[in-house]
Amino acid sequence: MSVKQDHIRNFSIIAHIDHGKSTLADRMLELTSAVTEREMHSQLLDNMDLERERGITIKARAVTIKYAAKDGQVYTFNLIDTPGHVDFNYEVSRSLAACEGAVLVVDASQGVEAQTLANCYLAVENDLEILPVINKIDLPAADPDMACHEIEDVIGIPAMDAPRISAKTGVNIGEVLERIVTDIPAPAGDRQAPLKALIFDSVYDSYKGVIVYIRVMDGQVRPGDEIRLMATGSVFSVVEVGNMGPNSLIPTEALEAGEVGYITASIKTLTDVDVGDTVTLNNRPCAQALPGYRKVQPMVFSGIYPADGAHYEDLKEALLKLQLNDASLTFEPETSVALGFGFRCGFLGLLHMEIIGERLEREFDLDIVTTAPSVIYKLELTDGSELVIDNPSNYPDPSVIAVAKEPMVQAHIYTPSDYVGSIMELCQNRRGVFVDMKYLDETRVDLHYKLPLNEIIYDFFDALKSRSRGYASFDYELSEYVPSKLVKLDILLNGEIVDALSFIVHQDNAYARARKIAENLKENIPRQMFEVPIQAAIGGKIIARETVRALRKDVLAKCYGGDITRKKKLLEKQKEGKKKMRKLGTVEVPQEAFMAVLKLDS
Amino acid sequence: MTRNPSPLGLYLHIPFCRGKCPYCDFYSLRPDGDRPEQLARRLHQLIEEYGKRSEGYTVRTVYFGGGTPLLLGAQRLAALLDRIRASFPCEITECTVECNPGSTSMEDLQVLHKAGVNRLSIGMQAADDGVLRALGRKHRMQDTVRLVQQARQAGFHNLSLDLMLGVPEETDETLDSSLSAIRQLQPEHVSAYLLKLEPGTPFYEQRFCLGLPDEDQLAARYARVVQALEGFGLSQYEVSNFARPGFHSRHNTAYWRLTPYLGLGPSAHSFFGGRRFYFPSDLNGFLHGADPVDDGPGGDYEELLMLGLRLTRGVSVQALREKDPAAAEYTLQKAAPLIRQGVLAQEDGRLKICSQFLLLMNTIICDLLP
Repeated sequence: MSVKQDHIRNFSIIAHIDHGKSTLADRMLELTSAVTEREMHSQLLDNMDLERERGITIKARAVTIKYAAKDGQVYTFNLIDTPGHVDFNYEVSRSLAACEGAVLVVDASQGVEAQTLANCYLAVENDLEILPVINKIDLPAADPDMACHEIEDVIGIPAMDAPRISAKTGVNIGEVLERIVTDIPAPAGDRQAPLKALIFDSVYDSYKGVIVYIRVMDGQVRPGDEIRLMATGSVFSVVEVGNMGPNSLIPTEALEAGEVGYITASIKTLTDVDVGDTVTLNNRPCAQALPGYRKVQPMVFSGIYPADGAHYEDLKEALLKLQLNDASLTFEPETSVALGFGFRCGFLGLLHMEIIGERLEREFDLDIVTTAPSVIYKLELTDGSELVIDNPSNYPDPSVIAVAKEPMVQAHIYTPSDYVGSIMELCQNRRGVFVDMKYLDETRVDLHYKLPLNEIIYDFFDALKSRSRGYASFDYELSEYVPSKLVKLDILLNGEIVDALSFIVHQDNAYARARKIAENLKENIPRQMFEVPIQAAIGGKIIARETVRALRKDVLAKCYGGDITRKKKLLEKQKEGKKKMRKLGTVEVPQEAFMAVLKLDS
Repeated sequence: MTRNPSPLGLYLHIPFCRGKCPYCDFYSLRPDGDRPEQLARRLHQLIEEYGKRSEGYTVRTVYFGGGTPLLLGAQRLAALLDRIRASFPCEITECTVECNPGSTSMEDLQVLHKAGVNRLSIGMQAADDGVLRALGRKHRMQDTVRLVQQARQAGFHNLSLDLMLGVPEETDETLDSSLSAIRQLQPEHVSAYLLKLEPGTPFYEQRFCLGLPDEDQLAARYARVVQALEGFGLSQYEVSNFARPGFHSRHNTAYWRLTPYLGLGPSAHSFFGGRRFYFPSDLNGFLHGADPVDDGPGGDYEELLMLGLRLTRGVSVQALREKDPAAAEYTLQKAAPLIRQGVLAQEDGRLKICSQFLLLMNTIICDLLP
């Protein structure tokens, strides 16, 4: 039977990378006996290898656990995990919208970090109760009082009575669980009202189809119900509902207001289900969908090619498989003179792009070449037609372009005020238009800029971090397309245009960019038997040039007596290295060179 | 019925050194106690054993390398050579001993010469004493001069000098002094090789503060050495070897031509009976009869090409075709553009690397191998 609402607590954990979010989640699961020791391996909530390795959570997960509190009652905890990167900002906001509270984990030795702030603001925006927790008190450098003060100063919530814990050693985890019961409000939905449930995540399962993770706000849903997804308008018949156990799905009779759980409804593809959409009953719909829904669209595009053309079909298979569990990934076939057959892929942002690239290499054992990322440009041609460009090599001759438009974003940069000058300079270099600046408190500001998307897609985040010693964070939203003076920059290696290296740049920056790119390429292309001229050109006009000098020596001429095997092994190693290169005409180019093109701010 | 006997090279490895040079990763240890005697005894046994298994072979070259072979004692080297003659069919045309300046006496030289050693490979390394010190060598240039003079007096007409390039403290001037020393000492043969930083050596640990020449300087110096030696009548016949006409190292040339050789001693390598194998780098194990470790079949297409291209005369195209016709086609197809660019040349049925590209051999071979 369903749990009474006042015995439910829905919350997520907010933390900076490495501050111990996953470890705390593990300890909670252990203490609530949700997982047996045998099943327990560290960082349970992060499923993917990649996540474990990078210590970041890529996709939201949720888990339901039972906690027997000191008041003698058993509570149902729904822990909703959130991704921690600006690429997934929207997903974070939807996950938070499914909660009443958030546990804010702060490292006792590091204090509040920038990344935490942005998510904290999101939580506050969603009216969440924030429960601060000071972690890693076992470290020699721990200064819990300092961390508490920082939370109070920077975030503006009382923190002196925050539980002081060590997720690693297990100290005081019990106190956190108690405080979740006492501090985080129970949900308050109307179980008799028409169904209104928020979709905060979905995964694909080859047996059940799409598993939709929901938070029921009002009403109830049970198997057999005909449901409607309000934004997309599609209708499905519910097959199963239930809770997410730490290791398996646990079917139940119904999900009611206040509960977090899943629905399956024979939904075939993830693209049918949008995060943020509202689930309601088809024959008794709620009056209004939940606020905050946004259609998620890829913002960044790049070409992905198999390093060896023979693996084109393997790459296609792999992309299809990845797409099953990642609706935000799009792809379609494209060809490049330099790279052969491949796919133009769309991503939410750069981290997303990197993750897909790494998964292709790791999980599918593919060697791939990824071209520099690009955004979508919209062109009005002189003949009145419109052209949408997501691949710079398709950019037409300037003479047929009437108006070229590029996408702009509204960006909010949260930073300690000390770095405002340096960050404003960065934004200005990236053609940003200042909108306003708000003081969040005495030391923190929210810098609001309008920025061209193509200026922030590659290294903006890194540049921001380096200019603020890691403290600034940012978040952006696509706003509009505006006319812009764009030109296509071609890169020539050994006198031949390499289409996969072409990209689009604002005219005013063209010379500086061309020089920087030529330098970057020079650093990334190894010396070869003959010198390699690198040129950057607009139209036919060369505007920058560098040269990779010829290789002079690779052999070490000592004769090692009769140890031929050793020589052979050295040679094999060199051959292996060569396989990782892509041959463009007569020039061997490593994968990194394709990405080096947009590394601008060093 | 006797078939034409196959030539065989014999290599005896004496892993003794008084100290360890900071760039060297060869197996070596001090010649303490009765180690030299025990090693000699074991080598005598092995020579006899392999002698019995070498029907159809004739020993043409013998090479005592190390380490420092003379730390075994000149008399013991002479006795081993006698044992070889007694155990194998022999037509020895070249018998080399590696010697270090400063630690080789006139008496040693006389014993070796009398025993039939006809070639000395002398570890000169450099002519500049500052460079020698930086290399951790114990000898000085005057020791090399003396050794060469004494070797001539003792009757040696085939001397090789080792020259190391790309070493700490090396400048264009120190290199010039080495070249002019070679001109004056008039060796029949020179081995000039580039310092390689081997992991685990002190030089490797200090590699960023040794002030070593960069790739371009190194290539320029190598070119200068090649040109200078050619001027002295020492022509390049292999990437790091130079000789007066008729004085190329027959023993080493056998390696590059896939002629069989037998290496005895800890860490010595062999190519014998179609297999490659080696004795592990462990003197005690060797003394107690450890078997050699198999290193797989030898003499395949890759070896033929990679070793043949080390020689300035290159590799026979017909030999490549006979070894593996399909691979040979691949190689020739890949070679065509490189021939047009002047990297490779094909003359008299041989494929070779043009001299100014010899230092890019690995890149070229990688290109040519299927």
